[in-house]
Amino acid sequence: MSTQEFEKTLDKSDQSVASFDREKKSPVEKLQHALHSSQAAVPLIVLVLSIAGFGILVGQKFFSPFALSLILQQVAITGIIGAAQTLVILTAGIDLSVGAIMVLSMIVMGQFTFRYGLPAPVSVLCGFGCGALCGWINGMLVSRMKLPPFIVTLGTWQIYLAANFIYSANETIRSQDIEAQAPLLQFFGGNVHIAGAIITFGVMAMVLLVVLLWYILNYTAWGRHVYAVGDDPDAAELSGVPVPRMLVQVYTISGLICAFAGWVLIGRIGSVSPTAGEFANIESITAVVIGGISLFGGRGSVLGMIFGAMIVGVFSLGLRLYGTDPQWTYLLIGVLIIGAVAIDQWIRKVAG
Amino acid sequence: MASEPILTARGLTKRYGRVVALDQADFDLHAGEILGVIGDNGAGKSTLIKALVGAVAPDEGEIKLDGKVVNFRSPSDARGAGIETVFQNLALSPALSISDNLFLGRERRMPGMLGSIFRLLDRQGMQKEARAKMSELGLMTIQNINQPVETLSGGQRQGVAVARAAAFGSRLVIMDEPTAALGVKESRRVLELMKLLKSRGLPIVLISHNMPHVFEVADRIHIHRLGKRHAVVDPKKISMSDAVAIMTGAMAPPEQAKAA
Repeated sequence: MSTQEFEKTLDKSDQSVASFDREKKSPVEKLQHALHSSQAAVPLIVLVLSIAGFGILVGQKFFSPFALSLILQQVAITGIIGAAQTLVILTAGIDLSVGAIMVLSMIVMGQFTFRYGLPAPVSVLCGFGCGALCGWINGMLVSRMKLPPFIVTLGTWQIYLAANFIYSANETIRSQDIEAQAPLLQFFGGNVHIAGAIITFGVMAMVLLVVLLWYILNYTAWGRHVYAVGDDPDAAELSGVPVPRMLVQVYTISGLICAFAGWVLIGRIGSVSPTAGEFANIESITAVVIGGISLFGGRGSVLGMIFGAMIVGVFSLGLRLYGTDPQWTYLLIGVLIIGAVAIDQWIRKVAG
Repeated sequence: MASEPILTARGLTKRYGRVVALDQADFDLHAGEILGVIGDNGAGKSTLIKALVGAVAPDEGEIKLDGKVVNFRSPSDARGAGIETVFQNLALSPALSISDNLFLGRERRMPGMLGSIFRLLDRQGMQKEARAKMSELGLMTIQNINQPVETLSGGQRQGVAVARAAAFGSRLVIMDEPTAALGVKESRRVLELMKLLKSRGLPIVLISHNMPHVFEVADRIHIHRLGKRHAVVDPKKISMSDAVAIMTGAMAPPEQAKAA
């Protein structure tokens, strides 16, 4: 079969071509490979350990259905915004404007109802339209103008936030007024009691949204394309993935999800306030990073993000119930962020 | 040669600012042949290939597939027309599995409602077919078709890229440096694979700096120089050193080669 001089000896050589190694791996390497293939495992382990830890440390006060459901209520907004952030970060982008889009969309829902007297369902739809438009603008600037996502959203963050204050004239719509005239806006504040736990509709919405996104990202072609775009945009383009169109879609959907978060936020705080959700962008990035999603794109699971958000929630409530200075929470979250990225780097060495 | 042309190009021009990557380049691929394309670094081989498969839009010129003018606006257009390409950078997504990569951009959905409404991918089916394609081509023994491509060695990755092109190319296959990252044995496998595809009637364009490889498998050799087709030579009638001399401008191409 060999035809060239230097290849004459090939016939006698081992004929296996590029077979995969079956050698024994050390337990550490096995762990590394296992973690590489199941991306949400690390944050899940950390979450379970931290719940167990605070359960032991604080006792019944923490380890009760009520306290645990309280954590879920507190992370509902971060979880929903984190879902939007996950999509963007999976494409190797970042969206600093998520919180601003959320608040602006919320203001649109509130002001359209109370200033123009539109029916609440119409206002809610307008709010969704506003969120999608904001996201679309981000997406166009990133994909068509080829500007770095960090710079684009640093700019639009300021723009959307300023638009929010200018348009709302810095006025808050009071909770009582909403309750009396447009209860639909507070829909997600409603709740059900299950065995001492209080599950708000907002929490259910977050869970449903994350499950839906998990399905889309893993089991549809569009979802695989999101990963491919973040992984290596040139390879994706050459493989037939329409990269610019994907980016516009991802940022637009991210904007839509932020608008949805705005609606849920009305339910959570009761009122429509232009100063709400100030740190939503940082909190969502924190959840994504602790959730083991790579900031370089293409790696990670939306389930990891939700575990990341819950880890932050567990630490905040746990430490508060334990009675420490709240600054310890921030200190530990900082440690977690750095730890998560270090672990991500270590796992990625599998690809060496 | 008495075979009809499959893919032809006339007067392709592509400028990047003041750099002319393609300068009125022509190209002909005949049915059932392996066409070698050689040229110095910067001669414009890669740009030529990218223009042929729609990854780069030429400023001027015309491309015909089976005698009909085509205007590919993206590599997926070219793939839709049955042209598969192994790019020099392989164009694989490292974090996705072998199976995902083989079907990237042409995923299959489940039949019925699951596929049409829920957009559910037919993962099992794609994995099964991916495994079958890989072993049919004899490229590698696969333990886990769901292994991410980044956990493969360079040669294995090349195998995936070549398998993808070979498995889905229905009109022709273009290979840009398919053996560049490969060892002696793996290169041999790829060369044998090219002969296999040719015997099945699939024409191949092979771009390579490896003269022994080109001279072994090519029926004709297209020599690219300074952005255009400089000559077309018959590897049986010319020595490697003469081909290199023509390619680098040390020797004028023979008269009949210019006309071809």
